[in-house]
Amino acid sequence: MSKFPKMNYPLYIRSIPTENELKFHYTVHTSLDVVDEKISAMGKALVDQRELYLGLLYPTEDYKVYGYVTNSKVKFVMVVDSSNTALRDNEIRSMFRKLHNSYTDIMCNPFYNPGDRINSRAFDNMVNSMMMQVC
Amino acid sequence: MEGLTLSEAEQRYYCDLFSYCDTESTKKVASNGRVLELFRAAQLPNDVVMQIMELCGATRLGYFGRSQFYIALKLVAVAQSGLPLRVESLNTVKDLPLPRFVMSKNEQESRHTALYSSDADNPASYSGVIPPPPGRIQVKKGSVSHDAVQQRTSADQQESTSPVVSPQQSPPTSPHTWRKHNRHPSGGNNERPLAGPGPFWAPFSEAQPGSSASSDPIWSGHSPPPHQENWVSFADTPPTSALLAMHPASVQDQTTVRTVASAATTNEIRRQSSSYDDPWKITDEQRQYYVNQFKTIQPDLNGFIPGSAAKEFFTKSKLPILELSHIWELSDFDKDGALTLDEFCAAFHLVVARKNGYDLPEKLPESLMPKLIDLEDSTVGEQTGEVGYSSSPAEAPPSKSPSMPSLNQTWPELNQSSEDTAIVHPVPIRMTPSKIHMQEMELKRTGSDHANPTSPLLVKPPDLPEENKMSSSVKFTSGNTVTDGYSSSDSYASDPEQIGSTVTRQRSHSGTSPDNTAPPPPPPRPHPSHSRSSSLDMNRSFSVTPGQQQAGVVAYPPAVPPRPQPSQGAGPHVHRPVDAEGLIAHTSTSPQQIPEQPNFADFSQFEAFAVSGVNKEEEDEIETHSEVLQVEKPSDSASSLRVAKADGRVEDKAPANVPTSAGKGTTPLAPPPKPIRRRLKSEDELRPEAEEHTQKTGVIAAVLASQPSIPRSVGKDKKAIQASIRRNKETNTVLARLNSELQQQLKDVLEERISLEVQLEQLRPFSHL
Repeated sequence: MSKFPKMNYPLYIRSIPTENELKFHYTVHTSLDVVDEKISAMGKALVDQRELYLGLLYPTEDYKVYGYVTNSKVKFVMVVDSSNTALRDNEIRSMFRKLHNSYTDIMCNPFYNPGDRINSRAFDNMVNSMMMQVC
Repeated sequence: MEGLTLSEAEQRYYCDLFSYCDTESTKKVASNGRVLELFRAAQLPNDVVMQIMELCGATRLGYFGRSQFYIALKLVAVAQSGLPLRVESLNTVKDLPLPRFVMSKNEQESRHTALYSSDADNPASYSGVIPPPPGRIQVKKGSVSHDAVQQRTSADQQESTSPVVSPQQSPPTSPHTWRKHNRHPSGGNNERPLAGPGPFWAPFSEAQPGSSASSDPIWSGHSPPPHQENWVSFADTPPTSALLAMHPASVQDQTTVRTVASAATTNEIRRQSSSYDDPWKITDEQRQYYVNQFKTIQPDLNGFIPGSAAKEFFTKSKLPILELSHIWELSDFDKDGALTLDEFCAAFHLVVARKNGYDLPEKLPESLMPKLIDLEDSTVGEQTGEVGYSSSPAEAPPSKSPSMPSLNQTWPELNQSSEDTAIVHPVPIRMTPSKIHMQEMELKRTGSDHANPTSPLLVKPPDLPEENKMSSSVKFTSGNTVTDGYSSSDSYASDPEQIGSTVTRQRSHSGTSPDNTAPPPPPPRPHPSHSRSSSLDMNRSFSVTPGQQQAGVVAYPPAVPPRPQPSQGAGPHVHRPVDAEGLIAHTSTSPQQIPEQPNFADFSQFEAFAVSGVNKEEEDEIETHSEVLQVEKPSDSASSLRVAKADGRVEDKAPANVPTSAGKGTTPLAPPPKPIRRRLKSEDELRPEAEEHTQKTGVIAAVLASQPSIPRSVGKDKKAIQASIRRNKETNTVLARLNSELQQQLKDVLEERISLEVQLEQLRPFSHL
């Protein structure tokens, strides 16, 4: 999973055990296009929690990409193995929600400048635990 | 002579000695008396002393200036090590042990000497170095300590032995006492700007990575001088002025001194704090210091320090931003972007620890947790790890922190506030205890009764008919049954209340809407109806008015049923408005079952005759509808119906129901409907349905009860049979209709539930954030 701020550079990338980082980088970047497309499609939609969740962006090549955008246009992208069929939509939503919560916690840290890479250990722990849960 | 170079340890040592001798507070001259005393304590022959004094130039000057004093001390060391006293030896002799002076005033002083003493020799007791009051040495120390700071690291080796030494003299806790002792002289000063002792102490911290109890993590990881410098600069900012409020004179003076002093103070404070086994515990001095710092930023001790101000403050500590960020994450307990007093103290403490080289923990240590009182002010009580503190989520959880305990605690309130409609989740929870209650009730009741009642609980379904017959015969042929019915109803009444309470309790725990806890259980009401019904049943048990019952059956859904029915119908009717609240609906069913038991008794009688046919018909209908209704006499059909019902139910109810129904399946007729009705009633929307169900069951019971009368009239067998068949058919149609209605209602309820869940999902994130 990774997150991008407005300028679409990754703030944070973490991959599940497969450690196929580059491929995920690429995937994530390409998925950004889809995210942007969805955002523009939404137009001036009310900022509803449901709409923050973009759902399955792009199923391809034995993995699925899920998107989520926050009110501040920070995008979360999650790439999941297609073989992991146990992942339901609700679970993805809850994972995004947790991500969002942790992200806001990071934002609250006055030492954190928005736009910096995210180095928070707590965030890392949360993300790791979430990924372990899934895989 | 002038080119005297002192090692760091020597520097410090001499400093202290000088201060010790500086009895006149001149800061320049060591009083001769003291010096002489000191030299005498050096256990050197007098002529050597004289030689030393001459060499250092004191005799020329007539007094002991600092440099002279230092030279003298060095010469003492030289002499003590047995080297010839030469001027050249001052600088040429390397690794000269520190001069030793034997003058034990008290144990602590000797500890001082021990600590100060050099490697080899040990119980050298040095008394002189009692840190004098701050004022005296402050300025001097300032100038000296800088050098001391620089050379501190080199003294590590030498100092490393001191901790080894000290235990020999005193219990391993000596450092503690030593520290305490050191605290005493400056006890009056909160922030002891003892720059002198400060540098002295620093090496100790480095030297004791973990040797003794006194060695604290803070000590072990003593930061190199640059950090201290940084700390100094950190402390240099205006906040430091509060630190040194005790010594305004010095404060306004040399900033360097002040900063160093503050640094030393903080070092001392740190060390003092580290004297306890818990490395994270904040001592009083530290806490006071932190509070003072807090005040400088935020005068209101109960207020918050905004994130930006805190950031500025902690940035002064020159820790890397990453670490500061991590400290913030740890200390901002409620994740609100602001620091309360406790949070601030925790953060400050972490900064101090980090500057001492102590690694930051992954989780906030317990001793640094914000206090409960603060939690009340904060938006959320949080704890990822330690649960102990999260007992006060006083406010609703608007915070976004994923604090588990707070969530757990606030969840019931949150759910209660946010969920106004009934949630079906509690259903299974309610069921089981009520079921247990029911079973207990059954046991009680049956126990109070004859052997038969017990049998229902134990008997298998196949035995039901027989049991029913037996129980019915037993129950209804004797007046006991009525009383039993009453008693059972009474006990039932109490149980429903209990059940209600447990249910409400559980519901509150499970987070259902508070409305559900409100409704008073309707048990009292059934009593009269029960009594009436039971009495009526008794009355009509054998005389029966099949016609009445028939009419009642026919008129059941809409109109007021004939008298026998009203007792049963009235019950449900009465219950209905009450059950509008919902929760206790099932409890109402239970009382109703009491009258039905007599009915069932009647049933059983009838069963022997034509019930089987009726039951079969009913079974078929019920099975087709897969609905609740069952007057299942045949246990198999009952169980199958129950199973079918379970399937038809909400999934979570099924497991609760099936076992309960299975458990109770043996009870003669009455229990089987109970679970079903209970299941129905657990849902608010289905309450009316349940009512109808109960009514229907009541009707059925009445019908069936009426039926037993048939066999008696032998002569009218055929007619009776036909009549009963007709009645049963009518009942069947009624039941079928009800079934369909209930099915529809069930669907509606499920839809509502789904929509509610969706809404909940939508709302939940906002509650977390």
